[in-house]
Amino acid sequence: MNEPESPSLLELRGVSKSYGGVAALSKVDFSTHKASIHAVLGENGAGKSTLIKIISGVIAPDEGTVLVDGKPASFDSPQAANAAGIVSVFQELSVLPDLSVADNISITRPPTRLGLIDHREQRRRAEELLARVGCEDVNPRARVRDLPLSRRQMVEIAKALGRDPKLLILDEATSALTAADVDRVYKILHRLRDEGMALLYISHRMHEIEELADTISVFRNGQFIRTFAKGACSDEEIVQMMIGRDVSNVYPPKPVRETPPEPELEVKSIGWTDRLFDISFKVGKGEIVGLGGLDGQGQREILLALFGVLRNVTGTIAIEGKEGLVSSPVAATRPSKSMALIPEDRKTEGLMLPMSIADNITLTALSWLSRRFVIDRTAENNAVEAMVEKLKIKVGSTNDPVATLSGGNQQKVVIAKWLLTGARILLLNDPTRGIDVGTKEEIYRLLRELADAGTSILLYSTDYDELIGCCDRVLILYGGRIVRTLEGDAITETNIVASSFNLPLDEAGAPAAETAS
Amino acid sequence: MKPVSQIVRSIDKPLLFAGIFIIAILVVGTAYTLIVDGTMTLLSPTYLILQLKVASFLGIVAAGMMIVVLMGHIDLSVPWTIAASAMLATAWGGPFAIPLGLGVGLAIGLFNGIGVAYLRVPSMIFTLGVNVMLRGFMVMLTGGFSPSSVPTPAMLALAKGDIFGIPNPVIVWVLVSLGIAFMLTRTPFGRYIYSIGNSEAAVYLSGINSRLVLVGSFALCSTLCALSGILIAGYSSKAFQAMGDPYLLPSIAAVVIGGTSILGGSGKYSGVVAGTILIVLLQSVLSVMQMPEAGRQIIYGVVIAAMLLAYGRGSRLRV
Amino acid sequence: MNNLKMRLSHNTGALIAFTLFIILYVFYSSLHPRGFTSDLFVQNSNEAMALILVAMAQTLVVILGGIDLSVGSLMTMVNAVASEVVIGSGWEIFFGIVFCMIVGLCGGLLNGVIIVYGRLQPIVVTLATGAVFTGIALLIRPRPGGEVDGDLSWVATSALSELPATYGWWTDPPGWFSLIAGIPMPLVILAVIVCGIWIPYRNSEIGRGTYAIGSNEAAAYMSGVRINRSKLAAYALSGLFAGLAGLYFAVQTGSGNADPIQAGTYTLNSIAAVVIGGASLMGGTGGVIGTIFGVMVLRSITFCFRVVDTDSVVGFLANPLLQPMFEGLILVIAVTLGAARAFSVKNRLNMFG
Repeated sequence: MNEPESPSLLELRGVSKSYGGVAALSKVDFSTHKASIHAVLGENGAGKSTLIKIISGVIAPDEGTVLVDGKPASFDSPQAANAAGIVSVFQELSVLPDLSVADNISITRPPTRLGLIDHREQRRRAEELLARVGCEDVNPRARVRDLPLSRRQMVEIAKALGRDPKLLILDEATSALTAADVDRVYKILHRLRDEGMALLYISHRMHEIEELADTISVFRNGQFIRTFAKGACSDEEIVQMMIGRDVSNVYPPKPVRETPPEPELEVKSIGWTDRLFDISFKVGKGEIVGLGGLDGQGQREILLALFGVLRNVTGTIAIEGKEGLVSSPVAATRPSKSMALIPEDRKTEGLMLPMSIADNITLTALSWLSRRFVIDRTAENNAVEAMVEKLKIKVGSTNDPVATLSGGNQQKVVIAKWLLTGARILLLNDPTRGIDVGTKEEIYRLLRELADAGTSILLYSTDYDELIGCCDRVLILYGGRIVRTLEGDAITETNIVASSFNLPLDEAGAPAAETAS
Repeated sequence: MKPVSQIVRSIDKPLLFAGIFIIAILVVGTAYTLIVDGTMTLLSPTYLILQLKVASFLGIVAAGMMIVVLMGHIDLSVPWTIAASAMLATAWGGPFAIPLGLGVGLAIGLFNGIGVAYLRVPSMIFTLGVNVMLRGFMVMLTGGFSPSSVPTPAMLALAKGDIFGIPNPVIVWVLVSLGIAFMLTRTPFGRYIYSIGNSEAAVYLSGINSRLVLVGSFALCSTLCALSGILIAGYSSKAFQAMGDPYLLPSIAAVVIGGTSILGGSGKYSGVVAGTILIVLLQSVLSVMQMPEAGRQIIYGVVIAAMLLAYGRGSRLRV
Repeated sequence: MNNLKMRLSHNTGALIAFTLFIILYVFYSSLHPRGFTSDLFVQNSNEAMALILVAMAQTLVVILGGIDLSVGSLMTMVNAVASEVVIGSGWEIFFGIVFCMIVGLCGGLLNGVIIVYGRLQPIVVTLATGAVFTGIALLIRPRPGGEVDGDLSWVATSALSELPATYGWWTDPPGWFSLIAGIPMPLVILAVIVCGIWIPYRNSEIGRGTYAIGSNEAAAYMSGVRINRSKLAAYALSGLFAGLAGLYFAVQTGSGNADPIQAGTYTLNSIAAVVIGGASLMGGTGGVIGTIFGVMVLRSITFCFRVVDTDSVVGFLANPLLQPMFEGLILVIAVTLGAARAFSVKNRLNMFG
C-alpha cells in the first residue's frame, strides 16, 4: 500500500525514557508515514504508552530526537504537539464530563465573536464533526457526563478530527465502543488514510489490527523489535515477537461433562430499573459461564446486582439452595454467600493505587488475619507471599505501591485479594481489558484451575475470543434480557455476533446494521 | 558519611523539617531573650513542660482531625464540639461531668458520621452546618439562664494536676497518641481508614462496611475534641462559648504540616505530634517576643506556607 | 423545547435556589409591615451584598474543585485598606477604589501562584494566606475605624434614585427614570459586575478552562487547555470579587474593621451559599448566578425569623434564643438536600468520588 521510502512524517531517533531508573523506552528508532495506518503492538510495559506520550508532548524524552517532516521538533506540552499536527485520542478518556459536547470538541481554539466564544458556531462545528464520525444522534448541547461510554469515545474522536491532524494517534480507542461503532470507526480511519493522514493505532485486539493496519511495529520491554507490512508475519509469529517466547494453547482445555454440574448459584428473574428484565440462569459448581453480547446490554449490571451494589433489584437468587437477594457487598462476602467481584475499573474500584501491594492483597482478609483487633503481621506476610507466588505477580518488594506494577500485574493483585477469601462464586467484569497477552493467558489458566477446584465463575468479557475459549456456556444479552444461551460447540464467533444483534442464528451471516446503544 | 545520610533519609521528611523548625524557633527565641533580658527562659524545663501542656489540648484535637483527614474528609464542627461538650459537662454533669462531656462528643460525631457516610453529604458542608447548629443549640440552652460554667473537681484535677511533675493533660495526650498510632498501624480499622482515603469504592467493593468505618472515625474525632474541651475547661477554670474557636484552623495546620495529605490516604501520626508542637511553640515564642497580633498572624501564615512548600508539594501532573 | 429542557436540567441547582428564594422572600415581605417596598428591598440587598461578593469569590475556586479558606480574610484586608484610601476628592476616591480592586486581585493572584507553582492543595494554601491577610488587615487597622466618603456610602446603599440626586446630574429626572428609580443600588452594582466581568469571563476560552479543569484536570491538560493560565485567572478573579466585597463592606459601614472572627464567618457562609447555589464541591459545575441565589436563600432564612408572629403556631421561632439553632438546622437541611447523593443513586458505586 505505501512504500517504506515514502517521506516519513514522524521519526524518532535513539529515544530513551526512564522512570526512577527503570527504562520505559531505550534507544528507540521509529518512523511513520503519510497515508498509512500503523499499528503498534506490544505487551503492557512494552513502552507503547511511553512512546505515544513522547510523540504527543505529554512527557519529554531523556535523550534522542523527534523529527516531524524531517525537522527536529520538541514538544513541551500537548498544545505544542497539536500545533504541529499531532493529535491523540487517549485510552484514558480525555473528555471533560461536565462540559457540553460542543464545548469538548472546541475546547481549544473555539470560534469567537468579539473575543467571546461563539456558541452557535461552536455547535455548528460540533454537528459537522459528529456527522463525520457518524454520530448525528448526539446533541451538541448535551453534557458529556450524560452520554454512554461509547458515545463519549466517539466525541473524543470527533474532537481529535476537529484539530486537523496530520498524524492521529489512537490509543486503545475502540476499547469502549460497541461493535457497530467499531465498524464505523474502521470506515472513518480508512477514509482518513486515503485522504493522506498518518494514523498510529494501538490495540490489544489482534483481529482489529489485522483488519485495520497497513504496517505493524512490535515493541517489547521498552525496545523496538521490528516493523513489517501486514500479512508478512503470522499471528503466532507476532505473538511470539511480543512476548519473546513460544505460546501454545492460549486457552486451557474445557472439561467434558457427562451430566450438568449441581447448581451453585441460581438467578431467578432478576430485574433492575430499565436496564435488566427477567434475568434467570444457573451457574453450576466448577462451571465458567460467560456473559456476552454488545457492550452495555446489562452485563455489568447483572454482576453488580448479584453483588449487592444496585438498589431496588427485583427477583431473587439462591446460593446452594438458600434463597435471598444480596443487599450489599458486605453481605455478598459473608461465608454463606462467599462471592467475589473483579470490578470493571481496577484503578479506582479494585485497588488503592498509592498503597502497598501487600495492603491491597490483604484488604479483604484483614478480619481473619487479625487476632483481637490487631493484625497478625506474620500471618499477613505469609498470606501475601503465598499469593504473590501462586499468581506469579512480578514484584520487587510487596511494600511497593501497587501503582508501580504493570496493568496485568495490578489485575493479578485484584484477583489475589479475592483468592485469599476463598470465594466460591467469582464474578469477573472484563478482567483482561487492557492487559498483555502473556498475563491474559495466565488468567485464563487460573480461572480454569479455580473452576476445576469447584469455584463457580461468571465472566463478562467484551472480547468474543475469550468467551469462546474460556466458557462452558455463554449467555447473550440484548437490551437487558438474555436472548440466547450458547453451549458447547455452539459457542462460535458467528453465533455470538448474530445473537448479539438479536438475530436468528440462520441469518447469522448478515447482521443488521442497527445498533442497540 | 553514608550511614548518616541513610539515617536522614529513613526519617520522615515532614518530621525532619518540623524538627529542624522547632529547634530554629527555640534558637531564635532564646537569642531574643538572651539579648533582651539575658535569660534563657525558653530552654527552662518549666517553660517547655508548660508548652507541652498547652500543646496537649491542640494535639488531642489534631489527632482526631488527622483520622478524618486521612479518609479524605474534614471536620469543621470542631470549635463547637469542643465548646458544647465542655459547656454541657460543666452545666449538667455534676459528678458525671467527664463521661457526659465525652458522650456529647460521641453523639455529635455519630451525627456527623451518619450525615457523611449514609446521607453522602460532603463532610466539609455537613460538619459546617453542624457547627452552626451546635452554636444555636448552645445559645438556646445557655442564653435564657446562666448554668454553671465551673468545672467539677474531677475536671480540674484532670487538667491541672500532675504525676511526678508531668502535667496530666500531657499524660492524656501521650496515651491518646499511643492509642491512635497503634490503631492506625496495627489494626484493621486503621488500615481501612487509609484505604478509604485512597479509594472508598475499592474498599466498598471489597465487602468492607466502609460506612461504619466513616461513622466510627467521625465519632472518634468528635470524642477526642470533647476530651480536649473538658481539659481546656478545667485548665481555664470555666467553659465558655468561644473556647473552641482557636482550635479549628491550627488543628488542620498541624495535620498538614505533619505531612498528612489533605486529600487523604497518606500520612504518619508522628508528624501530627511534631506539627502540633511546632504551632504551639511558634505562637508562644512570638508572644514572648511581644510580637503584635498582626505580626503573629503573618508569621504564622508564612510558616505554614513555607513548610508546605518545602515538602507538601504534589507531583507534577503525570498523565 | 428539548434544548430548553436540557439547559434547565443543567442548572437544576441554581433553579432550586431561585425557587426557594422566591418562596422565602415572598413569605417574608408579605408578613413585613413595610412589605414589597423599595425601602425594604434596599435594606435587604445591603445586608446581602457583601456576602454575595464573597460567595462569588468562593464560587470560582469551587468550580476549580478546591475550597478557599481565605476569601473572608482577603475581604477583611481590602476592607481595612478601603477605610484608608476611599476618601478625599473625586479622583482620589476613584483611584482609591481602583487600588482596592487591585489589592484584592493581587491577593487572589498570590493564592493562585502558590497553588499553581507550589503544587499545593488550595484548602491548605488559603489556610496559610488567610492568616497572612488577617495579619495585614490588623497591621493597617489595629482598631476599628477609618473613614469612607459619605456621599459614596449613601449612594451605594440607597435606591438608584439617590445616584443622580446626590451628584446633581439633573434637577428634573426624566420620565423613564422613575421606572427604575426604586431599584436598590447594590443590585445595580451587582448587575454591572455580573454583566461586565462574570459573563464575559464565563464565555471566554480562559473561563471555560476553569470549568474544564474542575471537571477533570488531567483530561483538560491532555486536551490542550492551558492549565496554569486558567487557574491563575480564576484565582485572580476570585481575589477581585473578594476585594469588591471588602470595598463594599467598607462603603456600607463607612469604616474599616479587621475582625478575624467576622472573616471566618464570611468564609464559612460563602461555602454554604455556593453549595446551596448548586455547585458541586467536586468541581466543574456551578456558577455565580446560582451562588447569588444561594446567598439570597441564606439571608432570606434570617429575614424570615424577624417577621414571625409570636402568637402564631410557629411563634417559638420568634424567640431570639432559638433563632440561631433553627438557622443552623435549616442550613444543615438545605445543604443536605442540595448535596446529598444518597437518595438519588440506584447504583451505589456512584456514591463515591
